[in-house]
Amino acid sequence: MKVDMKIDVHHLTRVEGHGNIEITVKDGKLEKARWAVVETPRFFEAMLRGMSHDLAPMLTARICGICSIGHSLASLRAVERAMEIEIPEPANVLRLLAKHGETLQSHILHVFFLAAPDFFGVPSVIPLIKTHPEVAGLAVRLKKAANDLCDLVAGRTTHPVSLVVGGLSKAPEKHQLREIRQVFVDRIPDIEATIELFKTLSIPDFVRETEFVALKGEKDYPWIGGDLVSTDGVVKPEDDYRAMTNEYKEDFTTSKFARLSRESLAVGALARLNNNFQFLEEKSRAAAEELGLTPVNHNPYMNNVAQVIECDHVIRESIKLIDQLLEMDLGDIKADYRVRAGEGVGAVEVPRGILYHEYEIDSEGLITKANCIIPTTQNNANIHFDLAALAEQELEEGKTDEEITHLSEMLVRAYDPCISCSVH
Amino acid sequence: MKYLGIEPEKIKIGSFDFTCCEGCQLQLANKEDTLVDFLALLDVVNFREISSHRGEDYDIALIEGSITRADEVERLKKIRKRAKILVAVGSCACFGGVNQIKNKFPIEDVVREVYGDDPVETLPVRKVSDIVKVDLEIPGCPVSKEEVERIVVNLVTGAEIKFPKYPVCVECRRNLNTCVFDLGQICLGPITRAGCGAVCTTGKTGCIGCRGPAEEANYEEFRQILKDHGFTVRQALERINFYGGLPEMVIDES
Ligand code: SF4
Ligand code: SF4
Ligand code: SF4
Ligand SMILES: [Fe+2]
Ligand code: NI
Repeated sequence: MKVDMKIDVHHLTRVEGHGNIEITVKDGKLEKARWAVVETPRFFEAMLRGMSHDLAPMLTARICGICSIGHSLASLRAVERAMEIEIPEPANVLRLLAKHGETLQSHILHVFFLAAPDFFGVPSVIPLIKTHPEVAGLAVRLKKAANDLCDLVAGRTTHPVSLVVGGLSKAPEKHQLREIRQVFVDRIPDIEATIELFKTLSIPDFVRETEFVALKGEKDYPWIGGDLVSTDGVVKPEDDYRAMTNEYKEDFTTSKFARLSRESLAVGALARLNNNFQFLEEKSRAAAEELGLTPVNHNPYMNNVAQVIECDHVIRESIKLIDQLLEMDLGDIKADYRVRAGEGVGAVEVPRGILYHEYEIDSEGLITKANCIIPTTQNNANIHFDLAALAEQELEEGKTDEEITHLSEMLVRAYDPCISCSVH
Repeated sequence: MKYLGIEPEKIKIGSFDFTCCEGCQLQLANKEDTLVDFLALLDVVNFREISSHRGEDYDIALIEGSITRADEVERLKKIRKRAKILVAVGSCACFGGVNQIKNKFPIEDVVREVYGDDPVETLPVRKVSDIVKVDLEIPGCPVSKEEVERIVVNLVTGAEIKFPKYPVCVECRRNLNTCVFDLGQICLGPITRAGCGAVCTTGKTGCIGCRGPAEEANYEEFRQILKDHGFTVRQALERINFYGGLPEMVIDES
């Protein structure tokens, strides 16, 4: 059967930002499959020039409403490495705890609010409140715990206020830490119920081999700084991030593309799991195995599952981090520093994958040059080539354009793209 | 469906994002305690970020983000035609927000810095009211989730909408904070409109004025505070110009 198809999803819904899916089939053959980002760029790297180094984390947090804590942390790390500032250990632990709050809140938002409606065949999470109140309940409780943790540690979930150069401007009180610890203990049954729920959902069957890039774990599942690694065996220091991303521009999209050993690469929860599976909390790792997720898994739809596993991991690890903090002196959270010229890179695993900030700073403490490489930018090429492979596979199986549209939308959503972030 | 005991008619609402970080929209989803009741009050007909349902029959349009490309101007005008009430949500929509920092550089230079020899289309940043009539502005970066929810509920129930006229300092002192000026930082609390609960200064970082000017601000007093703590207006300018919402301040280096 020779079919013609023209799939044109303009401003894909239930993703952050504006992107289009375009697939054209002629006489049963795929002619074109494109992932085109049409979001308006904001030019943060240009705005940073001449700005004081201590305002850079506040400005760059505004690159993204969902992963603003991650942007702050990458920005802080770049500034602190440029000026050779060592931050006190309690500040390191508090920053990681804020990061875990953000990972949990972002993954829960994606899994339940953005991706889940596809699995239940509804346009949004709103009807689920009526039809599946227990599912909506899980989402709301987990998200609230995550936001409460971010509010407590970072001062605010969206655009943190207490993450500052040198450490933190304010630490939570120990009794507040004890309270949020209990909240997290109480959420373990919720995340376990989420894992059980995912066992009942059917994940589309599609595989395209690719290269997964993440921070390289040494002892723990990595989130902030360290070497970079890929599933094709590439290892590089943090400072060589440009050689790990190789950004380039295609004219049909406003966001750049990236590659490493192949035509495209992938970052995010699945990439982290594929590279650092052995460092997951034991229970999280067992749950991953039960869900059929072991490294190296090349099904991009499994990113949803990887996010659920990471939620389980960060909940369990947050409890341990709070226990550490309860033993520490929380008066020691900010280092004094001297302004000096320098260059620094900060690599941080944010919910959607590895994020890089790089700054050059002059002797007055002003930024003279900035470069930011966003996870979704790194994923764009992979999404683009996945769409072509998916369309080929589904055409072979005789799927209708409606079915292909649905699977394509789900595919893009599985990456949890943060499009406005990618065209910062 | 009742909201906190009130039984209003279901109002159709749409949320539309332009050039921004989408952090303001996210605040609507972030108020978990009342989220379910809040959603029950509304008929969300268009909210691309969370729903694939796309209706064009909305009464209230929430506009997030600033305007930086020709196609955005057209989209915004269309929304204005359909909406009965158009609300600018967040500092990007109300003032241009952080995006307008771009306007201090020549546009070609900005494009070259980021895209090199593969330029993309962009215009100088404008706020929503530069293009269409705005019925209500809710500033903040991000907007306070309590405030947006309260305002939307007030719009739906027809209650009066009021913003504080006093500056952030009032809320800050109410929280019994140490003034960050005494910690060696610059703070725009004396000239910025309250309503955020002084969230930044309570976290021991200076206010950067995201909510725009307070009606009851005393600029002379602010100058004096700066001077008393060894800062010049020039040193505060970077913060004053951060969101594009505060009036220009004359530099006097005395
Ligand atoms: S006002 Fe701030 S939080 Fe809101 S969209 Fe703009 S940058 Fe994001
Ligand atoms: S100047 Fe800032 S820190 Fe001081 S009282 Fe006013 S708002 Fe608070
Ligand atoms: S303290 Fe200032 S910068 Fe912070 S939220 Fe309030 S108005 Fe905005
Ligand atoms: Fe960039
Ligand atoms: Ni983002």
